[in-house]
Amino acid sequence: MSEKPIFDEMWGDNTQLRDPYKNFNTWFDQEDPKRLRAKNREAEELFRLTGITFNVYGRSEAEERLIPFDIIPRIISGAEWAKLSRGIEQRVRAINAFLHDIYHTQEILKAGRIPKEMISQNEAFLPQMIGVDTPGDVYTHIVGIDLVRTGPGEFFVLEDNARTPSGVSYMLENRETMLQMFPELFSKNRVQRVQQYPIDLRRSLAACAPKMTTADPTVAVLTPGIYNSAYFEHAFLADQMGVELVEGHDLRVVDGRVAMRTTRGYKPIDVLYRRVDDDFLDPLNFNPESQLGVPGIMDIYRAGGITIANAPGTGISDDKAIYSYMPEIVEFYTGERPLLQNVPTWRCSEPDALAYVLDHLEELVVKEVHGSGGYGMLIGPTSTKKDLAAFRKKLKARPKNYIAQPTLSLSTVPIFSQQGLAPRHVDLRPFVLVSPAGIKITPGGLTRVALKKGSLVVNSSQGGGTKDTWVLEE
Amino acid sequence: MLGKTANGLFWMYRYMERAENTARLIETGQRIALTRLNQTDDEWASVLKSGDCWQGYKSAHQELTRDGAVNWMLRDKDNPSSVISSVNAARQNARLVRTAITGDVWEAVNSAYMALKTALARKVSERDLPSILRLIRHHAALVRGVTHGTMLRNDEYDFARIGTFLERADNTARILDVKYYVLLPSARAVGTSLDNVQWETILRSVSARGGFRMEYGAGGGPKEIAHFLILDTRMPRSLAFCASKLCHNLGYLAAGGDLGSASRDRVGVLQNGLLSKSIDDIFDFGLHEFLQKTLEELSGISHQIEQDFRFIT
Repeated sequence: MSEKPIFDEMWGDNTQLRDPYKNFNTWFDQEDPKRLRAKNREAEELFRLTGITFNVYGRSEAEERLIPFDIIPRIISGAEWAKLSRGIEQRVRAINAFLHDIYHTQEILKAGRIPKEMISQNEAFLPQMIGVDTPGDVYTHIVGIDLVRTGPGEFFVLEDNARTPSGVSYMLENRETMLQMFPELFSKNRVQRVQQYPIDLRRSLAACAPKMTTADPTVAVLTPGIYNSAYFEHAFLADQMGVELVEGHDLRVVDGRVAMRTTRGYKPIDVLYRRVDDDFLDPLNFNPESQLGVPGIMDIYRAGGITIANAPGTGISDDKAIYSYMPEIVEFYTGERPLLQNVPTWRCSEPDALAYVLDHLEELVVKEVHGSGGYGMLIGPTSTKKDLAAFRKKLKARPKNYIAQPTLSLSTVPIFSQQGLAPRHVDLRPFVLVSPAGIKITPGGLTRVALKKGSLVVNSSQGGGTKDTWVLEE
Repeated sequence: MLGKTANGLFWMYRYMERAENTARLIETGQRIALTRLNQTDDEWASVLKSGDCWQGYKSAHQELTRDGAVNWMLRDKDNPSSVISSVNAARQNARLVRTAITGDVWEAVNSAYMALKTALARKVSERDLPSILRLIRHHAALVRGVTHGTMLRNDEYDFARIGTFLERADNTARILDVKYYVLLPSARAVGTSLDNVQWETILRSVSARGGFRMEYGAGGGPKEIAHFLILDTRMPRSLAFCASKLCHNLGYLAAGGDLGSASRDRVGVLQNGLLSKSIDDIFDFGLHEFLQKTLEELSGISHQIEQDFRFIT
């Protein structure tokens, strides 16, 4: 797989300008690089002013950083998108069916399609959710599916983010910034809108209100607080939806409802879009040390007094060990073949797989089953002998903790560098909204780009940047 | 609206007001330093006292110097009322209440913070001081302007205004109190240059010099100054003006109901006290005593508002 030439989304296999980029390229050729460089700086100013910053974990000073933004858009044709979104919808449908099943009758386990211990011994499985009926049977109200591309029609799902996917504010602000800086580009290209996302999100959440809700549902966003790395996004979404941004200490259980402390007394909440992890959600039911949650919220939830989005316990579906079973999961619940491919995955818990992984470590990517943010992973081809040896030890000590995948030759999209256009590896996170009213996918999503030449790590915590992502009208 | 949000708005605007007032105090101190005849730095002590940061300064410094005082009030992070601390606190609160303010207001506060963080990154030389103080006033005006021009006239706006006017009243009372002895009839020595300079200092500290001259021409003595800053309802920094604004905004919040009635009662008492008194009554009561009582009352009102509107619990 790694032998294949790298696919560039603008230039294909490097000679022929691809269709979606034609208009853009004509424009770019007529632009003065000096003006573009000035625009690049302007973009940074805009981001600083609007405050689109994130806090880096593990640094002593609580410094606010900007995620670097690249002004060259990533462009996807309408046809490519239509195909992709069918695959995404199928996968998200299967994930919700899987979650409902796993917390009810567990048919998939009875059918022997997934080993029982994959669930029973999984930390992401929440026994407190067994038998709980979620409004509309929706578990993952907001999903971000991480995709990578290796060729014209070849997309792979790298990861399903079914807990609390972040980054949607960048998708929206990147577009806003591009519209301000290069309005002329949008008159020359018919780009599908993304700006409706916050309204869609509010509608989608409201449609998941508990049955007992009669009036217009009260929606609120729960944030861990101002020092959380994604606080900007929490505030941004609450603001854009026109709902309250609350913290645990603003909430309390009053008369069988979860209510927020307003200047006029306590007001019940119908739908809580929480950006707090399961473990911190309720000190009475989960981590007793948590200051971020609401004591007793799980009891209200189980009694149908509030909708929590995403539902607690959804982590069992985006766990990296479960990931390898996704093709089976899609088939089992939809009765169809998966439209989107998984990256082939070795489960190091299986002795044969572990042996293979240990033998081929220098060509594989090894990830922690519960890790995220690009931390704790090994990229074989770019690692030193010492790194490999150290990782080999870790693998042997706790094989269950790891999965391994081949290093895909990720597609590239040009960035605007000092030397002009230069190809860099990218991934894509489209955002999906699920409600009883249906599944909605915002055209585009967040494109993350590894700014360092040759690098495959796109995470913002490790030097990645972002791009505006265009889906063209057909 | 969340109680926490009301609290955040209240403090965000208190801190913006404080940053501006502190800048104005420094400007006044600098002006005195440039126009006085003796060689001591004593004037900075009263400037620090007016800014309520004299105790803090003393515990952090061996001696009183112009540079030390300016630095402490402008950019020392250990001084919670310094301009940079105030602007930082205003911005932190703005982040907390991001959903309750408009994008324009947020950007104005954020750009104030960014500009001042850069401008105050290093010690400010005497030569650069005027332009830095202008920059602070400019940004404060911008925040006030977009607040006025873009915020809905709802509860959010009322809490923003209440924070502003409580801080402003507190500030005016403090400035008067530090200099109250200059205004007392017993200490009156009309015509000495010392007095004229002192009076002018007071007027400048609250940006009232122009208004006062407009009203009283070349005349007007301590009694008129005291009247102007305490009782004149047209003067936007007078105690009476601030009290009437507090009354109005608390009234809008109640919207004819009981909400916040305890704070409204207390502000009503404060306002009636101001409206029913003449400046002679106040002098008879004792100017210092009157101002101390007012400061206590303002702090009491602040706590009452916090309780009435569930800021914390």
